[in-house]
Amino acid sequence: MSNYKMHILVCGGTGCKSANSDKIVDNLNEQLKINNMDQEVKVLKTGCFGFCEKGPVVKIEPDNTFYVQVQPEDAEEIVKEHIVKGRKVERLLYEDPETEEKVSNSKHMDFYKKQMRIALRNCGFIDPSNIEEYIARDGYHALGKVLTEMTPKEVINVVKESGLRGRGGGGFPTGLKWEFASRYEADQKYVVCNADEGDPGAFMDRSILEGDPHSIVEAMSICGYSIGATKGKVYIRAEYPLAIKRLQKAIDDAREAGLLGTDIMGTGFEFDIELTYGAGAFVCGEETALIHSMEGLRGEPTTKPPFPAESGYWGKPTNVNNVETFANIPVIILKGANWFNKIGTEKSKGTKVFALAGKINNVGLIEVPMGTTLREVIYDIGGGIKNGKKFKAVQTGGPSGGCLTEKDLDTPIDFDNLIAKGSMMGSGGMIVMDEDNCMPAVAKFYLEFTEEESCGKCTPCRIGTKRLAELLELITTGKGTMEHLDELKRLSRVIKDTALCGLGQTAPNPVLSTLDIFWDEYVAHVKDKTCPAGNCKKLLKYYIQEDKCIGCTACSRVCPANAISGTVKHPHTIDQEKCIKCGACMDKCKFGAIIKK
Amino acid sequence: MAKIKSFEELKKIKEKVQSNVELREKGENIDKLVQVKVAMATCGIASGAREVMNFIIDDLAKQGIKNVVVTQTGCMGYCYAEPTIEVTMPNSEPVVYGNVTIDRAKEVIEKHIKNGELIDGIIPVTHKTIE
Repeated sequence: MSNYKMHILVCGGTGCKSANSDKIVDNLNEQLKINNMDQEVKVLKTGCFGFCEKGPVVKIEPDNTFYVQVQPEDAEEIVKEHIVKGRKVERLLYEDPETEEKVSNSKHMDFYKKQMRIALRNCGFIDPSNIEEYIARDGYHALGKVLTEMTPKEVINVVKESGLRGRGGGGFPTGLKWEFASRYEADQKYVVCNADEGDPGAFMDRSILEGDPHSIVEAMSICGYSIGATKGKVYIRAEYPLAIKRLQKAIDDAREAGLLGTDIMGTGFEFDIELTYGAGAFVCGEETALIHSMEGLRGEPTTKPPFPAESGYWGKPTNVNNVETFANIPVIILKGANWFNKIGTEKSKGTKVFALAGKINNVGLIEVPMGTTLREVIYDIGGGIKNGKKFKAVQTGGPSGGCLTEKDLDTPIDFDNLIAKGSMMGSGGMIVMDEDNCMPAVAKFYLEFTEEESCGKCTPCRIGTKRLAELLELITTGKGTMEHLDELKRLSRVIKDTALCGLGQTAPNPVLSTLDIFWDEYVAHVKDKTCPAGNCKKLLKYYIQEDKCIGCTACSRVCPANAISGTVKHPHTIDQEKCIKCGACMDKCKFGAIIKK
Repeated sequence: MAKIKSFEELKKIKEKVQSNVELREKGENIDKLVQVKVAMATCGIASGAREVMNFIIDDLAKQGIKNVVVTQTGCMGYCYAEPTIEVTMPNSEPVVYGNVTIDRAKEVIEKHIKNGELIDGIIPVTHKTIE
């Protein structure tokens, strides 16, 4: 029995760490020592709590107090007030934006109320660098169970019956994938974990690896047992240094504890895991490209079949799953297929982790049961749109996905519903846009991304995405014509039909989806040469409203182009010829007299 | 960590280390557990609240009672009756006991926490906790 009477959990995810959470840990420890409480209170650095918007987050247990936006210098007050005297530090509590009431228990916060954490069960709860903490949460018990009580076939059946589908984006039934890999005979088979998270705005895989790396080690071992593989590889992008560090430590610790290596738990089972670093190429998330990259070749995809289950890494049967998919496995084994498949919708079981980003109040990492509606995610959990602006669209599925609008908000989120609505689940990036977002510009952003990420192997993707990006550039700078819009459509279709792999085939999706829903906005750009969202710089004009201008001359003094003229105490005007649209005048005006349209 | 040679051994390690995360697991389910809050402002500490709190935590552990969360809180305002503790059974209103000595704390555990019986020493509640 430990002597600790309280635990202080400090978020050690990449987001909070970059906001100096390490220093908070140091200061807390120092203050505890000063107050002679270091034997009674334990400070732990955990993975991501998910509530990144208000990080760094500090949680105190067992009274479940949730402090937000904590600074290193707050450590003294937290220890003196909360730890020594038991008084909550009011100013650090989360304030509900609607009721303006302070909420101390995270369970009562809207952000957490509708969540259900399976893949993220240990994120923000345990110290990811301590194997004992994982074991204390039944860690490696699922592995022990399969090795001592189940045949490989039984394991595959449980995964099949659970209804788990691949969380990397494709949504392929995981159990079926394992079954395929198990059928092929070979002297060597491989289990690969795809940790090459490339969607803009997505960070769920990184957070799982940072917050609960042992769950991936355990799940890969279980997979290895079921398909008859003895080697595991994690393909992880090199730009995830913290995830790499924690995962490597987990692998080393597991090996030392005999949970990886030979004769695991005395059962004769052998399995080990190595990391392979990716250079951060979007296409390498596709399994055939990923395997080529691991073999030291260019990360280019090849046609399937043959599927990796038959001929994968070095031509051997290989099973590739995404990080989040693996994170679900130990729980499914321990709690059973029935427990899992009761959660979610008819064809999409369990939960899904989403990375909420964009113009939303609560940017962060969330996990909800499949079937939760977009409205619940955006308004209840995400706290609605920032600065009281109007919701315009939500982009799901990254560059391969599409936009959903107001009319789709009550759609229960699952693999099939999102596809039916013209978007997709993807890996779970969810970027929320408001009235200030220009949709042709959004499409341009994604196209520039795919253009850069194209491997260049096939012409439709290499040249097609470049041309699409060029057309969008013309449109957003006021040089577009109606013919350009037709060309945009035609070219998108051609690329979709002819590109070699998923990257190219889906690259035009952001264009097609926005063209379809926001046609008027495209037309306004080419016909009226205006940007209705007030976003495209080249199409904007700045005006001074006469009735609001008091003639303070502040604007004319900051204008770098000398485009503003007028006399003191009289309304000024902007010379549109000279104006370079830098917006300096608008920032400077204290009277809101300058508008752009 | 030494090599784990069997599933049984892993289970034994779990039993040994699960207390590491127990406090946190309790915190996650705090609404379903018995909560004991010990007032630990200056007045409380001066009258021995810390000793009372430590006693309660140790005694519960000794008896293996796991459905109780003991936390500290600030001044409840009953400085004349320190040490004070507030006991909340799941789904019921909190009860505040005043002048809690070690003996009285023992009685609270035996009668109130284990059997749900109210005992002498209750201070009529004149305050409300705002969540």
